[in-house]
Amino acid sequence: MTIAPERLRGSAPEGRAAQAASPTPRRRRNHRGRNAALVGFLFLLPSLLVFGYFAWWPIAQSIVLAFQQTNLVDPAEWVGLRNFEILFADPLLGRAALNTLWFTVLSLAIGLPVPLLCAVLMSELRRGGTLARVLAYLPVVVPPVVAVLLWKVFFNPGESGVVNSLLALVGLGPFPWLQSPELAMPSLVIVATWSGAGTAILIYLAALTGVSTELYEAAELDGASVWQRVLHITLPQMRGIILVLLLLQIIGAIQVFTEPYVMTDGGPANATVTILLMIYRYAFLFGNYGVATALSVLLALVLVLVSALYLRLTRSWSSR
Amino acid sequence: MTGPALRPAAARRTPAPRERTILSPFDWRRPRIFVGWRAMHVALFVGLVGFGAIPIVWMVRAAISSTTDLVQRPLSLIPEPARWENIPTAWNLLDIGHYLVNTVVLVGGSWIVQLVVSVTAGFALAVIRPWYGRYVYGAFLVTLFVPGTVTLIALYLTVLDMPLLGISLVDTPWAVWLPAGASAFTILLVKQFFEEIPRDLFEAAQLDGAGWFSIFWRIVLPMSKPILAVVSLLSIMAAWKEFLWPLIVLTDPTTQPLAVALPRLAQATDPAYLIAGMLIASIPPILIFLIFQRSIVSGIGFTGLKG
Repeated sequence: MTIAPERLRGSAPEGRAAQAASPTPRRRRNHRGRNAALVGFLFLLPSLLVFGYFAWWPIAQSIVLAFQQTNLVDPAEWVGLRNFEILFADPLLGRAALNTLWFTVLSLAIGLPVPLLCAVLMSELRRGGTLARVLAYLPVVVPPVVAVLLWKVFFNPGESGVVNSLLALVGLGPFPWLQSPELAMPSLVIVATWSGAGTAILIYLAALTGVSTELYEAAELDGASVWQRVLHITLPQMRGIILVLLLLQIIGAIQVFTEPYVMTDGGPANATVTILLMIYRYAFLFGNYGVATALSVLLALVLVLVSALYLRLTRSWSSR
Repeated sequence: MTGPALRPAAARRTPAPRERTILSPFDWRRPRIFVGWRAMHVALFVGLVGFGAIPIVWMVRAAISSTTDLVQRPLSLIPEPARWENIPTAWNLLDIGHYLVNTVVLVGGSWIVQLVVSVTAGFALAVIRPWYGRYVYGAFLVTLFVPGTVTLIALYLTVLDMPLLGISLVDTPWAVWLPAGASAFTILLVKQFFEEIPRDLFEAAQLDGAGWFSIFWRIVLPMSKPILAVVSLLSIMAAWKEFLWPLIVLTDPTTQPLAVALPRLAQATDPAYLIAGMLIASIPPILIFLIFQRSIVSGIGFTGLKG
């Protein structure tokens, strides 16, 4: 943020030189170019301020804070790698990492194939397409907290719970959904999928309209069955968007917070403590912002690593 | 389930702008494919209704039921007896009106900030195009790759003690309004839209002596209603769904939105009343979606990716 005001002051007297040096087509109209630099800056001012304060500064601060100890009262103290040592000594870290990984794997297992199949089926609807889209997207509109609280009621243990009553119709249960360490995480995944699948369906549907259709004709003449066409024509053309959504789902799932925080608060027996829940607790329960930031930085590294690895893998796949 | 005889008529009514899809008209005439796909479509609708609509209908039902009715007949979708008085009771008991006003204030401010930031930045980058514009744009885009939750703590400490200003935004609506503007995604959307406007218009206006500001106000903004609508819908819906950030920066219960207040109230409230509160929190976004579903759905379609 300190660069900007200097640039404003500097642009008036030095503008002519800068304009002459830059090989833009507008060089001829010096006056307008200088005017553009100044007025452009005025128009950019709101975004520069907002991004400076709430995006760029926190990003830079995160790296510094990870190596500091601060309790918001005394001046921040440089502690080197202390925060990371504290973190790695915490037995909950491994548990939270495994839980987060488990959540991610489970939500991909449902969250990837189901929306894709729904979108393919919906794209072949002759009528009722709008209704299907509205129905699919409706859960996305429900505020996440409401969705989580609602499903918490559905997952009530005992025979009067909604999910248990449904399962009782086919002679199963009752299950202690959120009270059992084994079932708690899958329950959270169901809620997260309920809230998220609609977006994926709509994006896949939009991508399906972009699939070039000439190949279907040829495949049909060659006697390819419908599913062969889906498998060998539709899916390969949608590979790009599928891979992007997969990456976004992974990145989103690693940052899961609302579901474990509101539904289980990490329990039972720490079965649903996730990385973000740990960050939240370190900062706002223990007041240890340094360690919380250190964990955030580790999380950021993991996300970058996942993205980089992913891009590398997909590039080698798509070049085949 | 209309018979095959009706389909040619339907095809004639829509004068075939639509290309063929995976299934051809010939496929639809084959009994096995026809029956199979119709069955799958029925299953799809059953699934969509069961998962998409029934939980929401159940929430409506639970909001006007007695707790004993909920325990005794959890699967019924019709309350017996219907207790409409639950809603006013919950409204008064949980002070929902107050939290709802908080929510509307937070959503409204976030919307305005996001609109102002994205429109002014989009205009500067796409229309004025100062020489440093591409670097600024690059710096905006970089933030797309850093998820908000990663910088959560640093953002909180920034809001707690604003650099250079030395003030704290915590427990004020500004703590929610201003960070909402730091969304590179909407700037990207608006910039792309503005770039589609023919530059001849601006040149002509300039020859007539119009300054940048009147180009912005008289030419660009009136032409941008579609993109302003999309950005508004996306930002309003996102702000209404926000949970973690207001939970952190609004510690004073009197400033909290409904989403943050509900889990706190959940611990000591009769389920039926709590669900009435949840219903009230869901009605505005659901209504906005149902009214504007066409532009929201197509907005998500053409903007592609918005988690």
